[in-house]
Amino acid sequence: MSTTLWIIIAASIATYLTRIGGHLVISRFDQIHPRVEAGLSAVPAAVLTTLVAPAALSAGPAEWAALIVAGLVSLRGGLMAMFLAGAAVLILARQLVG
Amino acid sequence: MSAEAISENGAKSDFWDGVRLSMPVVVASAPFALLFGALAVDNGFSVLEAFLMSATVFGGASQMVGIELFGQHVAPWLIVLSIFAVNFRHVLYSAGIGRRIAHWPLIQQAIGYFVLTDPQFAVAERKAEAGETVGFTWYMGLGLPVYVFWTIESALGAMFGKLIPDTHALGIDFLLPIYFLGLVMSFRKRPLWLPVVIASAAASIIAYKTVGSPWHVSIGALAGVLLAVILPPRHSGVEVRR
Repeated sequence: MSTTLWIIIAASIATYLTRIGGHLVISRFDQIHPRVEAGLSAVPAAVLTTLVAPAALSAGPAEWAALIVAGLVSLRGGLMAMFLAGAAVLILARQLVG
Repeated sequence: MSAEAISENGAKSDFWDGVRLSMPVVVASAPFALLFGALAVDNGFSVLEAFLMSATVFGGASQMVGIELFGQHVAPWLIVLSIFAVNFRHVLYSAGIGRRIAHWPLIQQAIGYFVLTDPQFAVAERKAEAGETVGFTWYMGLGLPVYVFWTIESALGAMFGKLIPDTHALGIDFLLPIYFLGLVMSFRKRPLWLPVVIASAAASIIAYKTVGSPWHVSIGALAGVLLAVILPPRHSGVEVRR
């Protein structure tokens, strides 16, 4: 088998371990400490923020405009409305700003 | 109508509920799948290998990092380790979602963890937070379209990658951050949301500038989670729910 194929197989196993690992560790405990529970409930905001913040910082006016509009729409509308509004502003702003 | 027919209809509409929620993810990830395929071939992968990597790893950012390193002829074990590092955040998702899907049969859980991506986790958490049960049918309705489109588009990108026009004007390089911002916003009713977001944003930016990518994701995430753990429970609302 080629090296490439071995890399793909090893990478897929490593990735699956990350997807099942947290559960395997947590499920060994009968009771979850309130502080651990507080930590778990912070996971979505904590991880997803790291996928936005550095990207936003190194972006320009067009991207900032899109994020601001998307953020405002998300206060009222659903996920799809927010996403479409943000994408529309981004495309328009890039035509103007370049 | 018999009870069986009703539950079958219920399962059907559960599935399509999930499919509906998967659409923004399918749209936002499409450019990245095509781009991945194109870059993979550019860096020495065959079309079949590009397709296989998407089908088995199924993690966009980590695949991009993997083929980039592959193109630079980095040692194979280092490529695998880097992919592991980029995907390490899933450990947190896995610990979080386990509570929601513990009632599924084991084989369904094993499949469920395989398609556990950023949006998959976030959208499932939103459903659980609304007090609804996260069922296998709904979960797969959400995950399957993303998986199927991701693998097919990777192969298409690998075959026709050189035909992709100006991606910048179409804004496709910034669609995912917009989508992720929406997901962050959708959790704003959770206790400690603002302090966690501020801590994670600050830590990830500092780590991005110092340690570098991809470690800024794990470091930033840990900062937010640790803050929630350290703050007294009365702030985190965990006790109130008991």
